[in-house]
Amino acid sequence: MPYQVGEAVRLLPLAPPGHVRTPWYLRGKIGVIERDLGETGDPEALAYGRTDAPPRRLYRVRFSMDAIWGAAAERPEDRLDAEIFDNWLEPADAPA
Amino acid sequence: MPPHDHHDHDHHHEGMSPSGHPYRPDQDAPLSYFQRMEIAVRELLVEKGVTSEAEIAEQVAAMDARSPALGAAVVARAWTDPEFKARLLADGSAACAEMGVPVEAMKLIVVENTPETHNVVVCTLCSCYPRNLLGLPPDWYKQRAYRSRTVIEPRKVLAEFGLTLPEGTDVQVHDSTADMRYLVLPMRPAGTEDMDEAALAALVGRDAMIGVAVPTA
Repeated sequence: MPYQVGEAVRLLPLAPPGHVRTPWYLRGKIGVIERDLGETGDPEALAYGRTDAPPRRLYRVRFSMDAIWGAAAERPEDRLDAEIFDNWLEPADAPA
Repeated sequence: MPPHDHHDHDHHHEGMSPSGHPYRPDQDAPLSYFQRMEIAVRELLVEKGVTSEAEIAEQVAAMDARSPALGAAVVARAWTDPEFKARLLADGSAACAEMGVPVEAMKLIVVENTPETHNVVVCTLCSCYPRNLLGLPPDWYKQRAYRSRTVIEPRKVLAEFGLTLPEGTDVQVHDSTADMRYLVLPMRPAGTEDMDEAALAALVGRDAMIGVAVPTA
């Protein structure tokens, strides 16, 4: 089931080989779904010419700078949004 | 010494043109692997009739013809037409299509600056950029320094662009990591109440639509 706007999610702390579009600095971080962008092509498959791969759901996830950088944040309450594919997300309350 | 200030002819002109400018070195280095690859693929595609030299030249010309003036016209329309602004914020691609600027369906996200929130756009992974609205990206947008620092210390980066935000204005960074493209809708400057759409558009520069500047009257 798709995530709902406002739902807290954690980005999976994975480091798979190949073409991925999840920035390193956000892996393992917790944010909330800002909007659901619908289904789109899967870049992790398309990068290798696999055009028959199933589509992925893409979300904009909003993070506080505090959630990303902790004590090193320039201003903790500033925010950052990034587009994240659903296979990189899990509910924030899932056992880490 | 400034380049044209060469009244004293005792010094050497080595490495300088007769007009006093340094010569740029010729690009005599061998092609890189990727340059060779690009030429080979392009020539093969032309040989096989998939595309033609004329078609490629046409695409390059179309790319060069796009400029931030397109984005500025969209911003000025949003400043003067509240209903257009609502449509632009709801579906950027559809609203731009109304103005004859095609952006792929659902691809454009327009983010509005307010007294509470200032938006700035970056692509940390590469250099995703709304070329249809802003033309080619500036070199700094593609450089590692801008791409890495904007997500860590956006305020410091903005200050280096000459933009110091008021206390109490939050910074909202948009990392353009996948399929979406972003346009910042700046705040309409004070003192522009009597300006028409064309005059307003002239106030809107590229940097303001990336979010590293704000327009002024």
